[in-house]
Amino acid sequence: MAAESGTPATGQRLAVLGAGVMGSGIAALAIGHGIAVTLIDLDRRRLDDAPERVGHQVRTARLMGALPDGAAPGALVTGLSLTDLVTGQDAAPTAVIEAVTEDADAKAKVLAEVSALVAPGTPVISNTSAIPIDELARAAARPADLIGTHFMNPPYLIRTVEVIRGTHTGEGTLDALRTLLTALRREPIVVDDAPGFVTSRILHPMINDAVRVVAAGTASAESVDRLMQGCLGHPTGPLRTADLIGLDNLVDSLWVLHSRTGDEGCRPCGLLLAMVRDGHLGRKSGRGFYEYEGEHA
Amino acid sequence: MTTSSNRPAPESTGDPGTVQTDLLRFLEKRTGRVWATDADVFGTGGLSSLFAMELVVHLERTYGISVRGADLRMENFRTVLQMAALVERLRPPASGGPGA
Repeated sequence: MAAESGTPATGQRLAVLGAGVMGSGIAALAIGHGIAVTLIDLDRRRLDDAPERVGHQVRTARLMGALPDGAAPGALVTGLSLTDLVTGQDAAPTAVIEAVTEDADAKAKVLAEVSALVAPGTPVISNTSAIPIDELARAAARPADLIGTHFMNPPYLIRTVEVIRGTHTGEGTLDALRTLLTALRREPIVVDDAPGFVTSRILHPMINDAVRVVAAGTASAESVDRLMQGCLGHPTGPLRTADLIGLDNLVDSLWVLHSRTGDEGCRPCGLLLAMVRDGHLGRKSGRGFYEYEGEHA
Repeated sequence: MTTSSNRPAPESTGDPGTVQTDLLRFLEKRTGRVWATDADVFGTGGLSSLFAMELVVHLERTYGISVRGADLRMENFRTVLQMAALVERLRPPASGGPGA
């Protein structure tokens, strides 16, 4: 196994749908492991600056020693339309990762369209932090080809990936995803389908509570994080984690959890909603519970 | 919310002390604490390793350098001394200096 850790993943071509935080991060992970990526986004402005953002993340991964030594980077191609996946000069994708915004309708629309375009047997992977895969499968042309992932942010630094097997997910689809994740040197943990799966079902209400604590004036964001790190062994603290997730994505996921579980602890708290309204989205906007510089172009 | 990406690279000075002073000031401003030139900024109680890329970008923009290949590794950014040494090595020679 170890002898193959630097082997480039030949023959794989990944299509990534959505050039936001997770889409560009997953693209960077793949490119850094020698896998060619076609990155699709309907927003021209976001697509135009995607190569720079992806390149920045590949550099970050390289800096952190998170990429295999000597692997030639995979090529990055961008496209404005899903049909570019099948009409372009590049080979058809061996897998598709959908990473559009955390909205069930938006994801269902993209999944319906892309699953009708690609060849049967091509794994269609929905990257979501909370939306049940069985719900998305209703939109897919072939539910057996659909499977869920929940990559953590940043995908190139966090080795463990939550993999969600829907009721209809085929064994071949799961095997193909395992092969892809091995090429990316990620460790899959396969779980069954549920709102928020495992990690978000536990983490998101906890972050929501951490924001409530700050809103109540009990402690500063720094103090909350330092207590959770120092006393409870949380690696970054819930509020710095929230900044990494993106506060808008966090709110979207909390609503998904709230509407599907009825758990009032998942109703996004007022401070979180106000920060999103003010455009303080976390690391990607330069400001959330902390301020950031140099991470955003 | 924009960064100062258009800031011109200062002509300044071949003085490694200036680079160290600038870095100490930058770190203090960004972290709210004072650092020694030989302190491991990512050591215990130090910065998140994700901050390392901010340091790289800061050095590239401020000194007009490009950190590539084998230079792009954490060991070059752990202390102010290491970062200043890297800047010295990568900085283009002052204009009017001896050509290649």
